[in-house]
Amino acid sequence: MQQQPNKLKPFFENLEFERDDNTMVINFGPQHPSAHGQLRLVLELDGEQVVKAYPDIGYLHRGIEKMAENMIYNEFLPTTDRMDYIASTSNNYAFALAVERLIGVEVPRRAQVIRTMLLELNRIISHLFFLATHALDVGAMSIFLYAFREREYAMDLMEDYCGARLTHSAVRIGGVPLDLPEGWLSDLTTFIDKLPEQIKLYEDLLTENRIWRMRLEDVGIVTPEQALEWGCTGVMLRGSGIEYDVRKEEPYELYGELDFDIPVSDRCDSYGRYRLYMEEMKQSVRILRQLIGMYAKTDSQLMAHAPQYISAPKEEIMTQNYALMQHFVLVTQGMRPPKGTVYAPTESPKGELGFWIRSEGEPYAYRLKARAPSFFHTGILQDILPGTYIPDVVTIIGSTNIVFGEVDR
Amino acid sequence: MAQHQVNYASSGGLPVALTTVDKLLNWGRSNSLWPLTYGLACCAIEMMASGASRFDFDRMGVIFRASPRQADVMILAGTLSKKHAEFARRLYDQMAEPKWVISMGSCANTGGMFNTYATVQGVDRIIPVDIYLPGCAPRPETLQYAMMMLQKKIRREPADMKKRKLQRFV
Repeated sequence: MQQQPNKLKPFFENLEFERDDNTMVINFGPQHPSAHGQLRLVLELDGEQVVKAYPDIGYLHRGIEKMAENMIYNEFLPTTDRMDYIASTSNNYAFALAVERLIGVEVPRRAQVIRTMLLELNRIISHLFFLATHALDVGAMSIFLYAFREREYAMDLMEDYCGARLTHSAVRIGGVPLDLPEGWLSDLTTFIDKLPEQIKLYEDLLTENRIWRMRLEDVGIVTPEQALEWGCTGVMLRGSGIEYDVRKEEPYELYGELDFDIPVSDRCDSYGRYRLYMEEMKQSVRILRQLIGMYAKTDSQLMAHAPQYISAPKEEIMTQNYALMQHFVLVTQGMRPPKGTVYAPTESPKGELGFWIRSEGEPYAYRLKARAPSFFHTGILQDILPGTYIPDVVTIIGSTNIVFGEVDR
Repeated sequence: MAQHQVNYASSGGLPVALTTVDKLLNWGRSNSLWPLTYGLACCAIEMMASGASRFDFDRMGVIFRASPRQADVMILAGTLSKKHAEFARRLYDQMAEPKWVISMGSCANTGGMFNTYATVQGVDRIIPVDIYLPGCAPRPETLQYAMMMLQKKIRREPADMKKRKLQRFV
């Protein structure tokens, strides 16, 4: 698979589809309904069995990390929405957390509660989306419709809070911009009361379903060694029997105070991972229940007080001259974090998502690197695909739950 | 029982609808628009949402097809990178006439917020676009409205392929 230096010749025309060694080369993607965005796989087949698989990425490369070097920190935050676009708030949060660690601000308690709520809500949205698309890829159309129905209710809650359905930007560096709207908590309670019933419905439809089990059991086996070698995190790692969750290992936000379990499966296959996703949704519901009680006990401050880095609340900007000046400087020039390097890991719905930022004391990051979980889960495909059959390829890609905005960035 | 009789031949109430071939063909075309599942980025999620339970595209005769050979509309949902551009053009060429293109979202319209070395600054640099959808990401309602606009557009067009081409490109 040598790419010829001639740039005018498309890459796929350089592939030799006719071969002497009795294998066949087929091209999977980048436009494929189960390629989860723009994954391209070049598969070498012996009959129906995959001999070699080359994942080819970069079809959604947008230069997000380069953009970060030319944007002030607050300006870059909405761009992080477009990375893992299924759970935007988790990206916003991971970036905000890294910058907060860089400038060393404490986020007020109410903002912490709201952020944790949004993160867990995003986890539910993302897992429902996983279930919908994974089932659709495997062939269960009705689950897609059911899971999207519930997902819309969760999206309504996000929309009520921040006004956007997909690209939330609901978190700011140093807190959250808005308090929860009137009646939001009761809507959330209704949703999380209803969700476990719906999860039970999905499980009744799938867990013991013969076809579902045949398609998923012992398919896409990731041994614990493989998972560690390839840098898997999240459900891919926990599905291989290794209990690792950033929320427990390095608690951020309120996760240290919350009572929840980390489900782990020893099955190492797609079926075990599916069970984990369902279990995680139930844990998210449990976390949200605890957070609703915590919200009432907080005072109304939403943004951290750090005049050097973060604008004062709107009332102060409108009434006090100094706050207005600070705000003007922060908006036009941007905050100048101290020199230093920071890496802040978070547990996004897909796995460990962290931002590494190098600051030279300028308003722009000297270098920003996003450690996105899906990138590593795409890499492992070349190791777990050989030996499987063509129909299983789709199951395995679905089961890794990769998002290409995050892989290519 | 009322003995009401209508002389169809004389009163002009013929039980026959008179129309033109153009209208008949366009009626058929506009009411069964099958888009290609061509999710590129974030907008693809909203495209899926418009096909799913709440927004239910099926009631408009819009059914997503996975093959360009079976598709009438290409919804370019998301950022088109330079690496992907050749595939977009190839897929467009593979679609059978008559075909239409909806450019969904800011990235597809103009490159949007990604004014970088890697992205195509608007898909209209590669393929002709019929409807541009603003938003980042556009809501499913926006996509439905775009589909209705496209239906309106199709109903106005001449059904003859040669005339259509002239109208579009000149």
